[in-house]
Amino acid sequence: MNFLISGAHISPAYLIAVGFVVGLLGGFFGVGGSFLAGPALYAVGVPMNFVVGTDLAHIVGKSIVAARKHRALGNIDMKLGLIMVVGTIVGVEAGAQLIQWLKHSAHIDVAVGITFIVVLLGISSFMTWETIKTIRMHGHGKSPSKSRAGEHPSQTDPSATAHIARRIHGIKIPPYISLPVSGIDRVSIWAILLVAFIGGFFSGFLGGGAGYIRMPCLIYLLGIPTHIAVGTDLFEIIISASYGTITHALKGNVDILIALVMHTGAAIGAQIGATLTQFFGGPRIRMAFIPLPIIGIIIIIHGLLMGHPAK
Amino acid sequence: MNREAKGSLKSFLVELVVYAALVVGYFFLVQHFLADWIARLFQGDRRIYAVAALALIVCQGIALEMLTAALFSLIKPRMDDK
Repeated sequence: MNFLISGAHISPAYLIAVGFVVGLLGGFFGVGGSFLAGPALYAVGVPMNFVVGTDLAHIVGKSIVAARKHRALGNIDMKLGLIMVVGTIVGVEAGAQLIQWLKHSAHIDVAVGITFIVVLLGISSFMTWETIKTIRMHGHGKSPSKSRAGEHPSQTDPSATAHIARRIHGIKIPPYISLPVSGIDRVSIWAILLVAFIGGFFSGFLGGGAGYIRMPCLIYLLGIPTHIAVGTDLFEIIISASYGTITHALKGNVDILIALVMHTGAAIGAQIGATLTQFFGGPRIRMAFIPLPIIGIIIIIHGLLMGHPAK
Repeated sequence: MNREAKGSLKSFLVELVVYAALVVGYFFLVQHFLADWIARLFQGDRRIYAVAALALIVCQGIALEMLTAALFSLIKPRMDDK
């Protein structure tokens, strides 16, 4: 099939299959999946500038589908999500500005690639350690479908590093808010904005929705139960990816027809992925998440060795 | 698999099939009726193109799911009767 805007010639079946896999991962883990979709588009000859913009456009659609499903399952903390929007947008802009500044440097691909590898390796190692420790201490945790009626999500999602979140909840910088959906009595708004800024910054700096950073930050820094972190992260990805889609489309980097074909697969995958979260406890979801950053690292190293950026 | 789980799996699969059919149909409609217009917008007016691009993908995400939910609410009572 010929795509007039980007000039690419790609099989729709390939795009639907890539979309399905990325949608499935997105619905289950609350990530955008750009670390897989980006290289998959690049591999079939989509020009690099279109890869980034088109991927963001398809992430918007897929995240809407998955977030709506998670909302129906009660997995989105809207209050948290709306406060995070501010930090996310500021972070995206800061990350994008840093990229613009680094463009004057000759080694931008290597700098971005190495930053990506260090961050992903750190997340993966920490989550491996934490999940193993949690499972040894508390077992696999209860899936929402097995939780008793009226049981708070935080009671069914144990974490070995809950003390980190408790310390952050203890930060005494007003104003404070409570997040009843996430089971948090009091937390400084600044702590939420900082976490949102970190996610937004990496989204602007490295591209994609940066759910692989925001989702662990929500769990470990703010102490949000895993299922709610997945749903709320998807809500944030809608915001950051929509912003990215508009800016990239204005620069002529979005082939919306490719994004629509990918979304036919992604929408179905996202529905299945989001529904599957009902049947797994928090520690199991976190454990299954661990290989994702590793896959991202392999793709980046491959890109750097082959002489072209992975993003 | 117990009866309740079987029922909810069946409902989910039916909903998924309806949704998949709508999503694919939507793409073919856009491809058939709007592809040339979108390509012209891309060349001529990037601002409208940016808004149209986001609107098309959001529509595929939200409107089709709402339509699926509406269709499914019509189908479900018949399934339950069987």
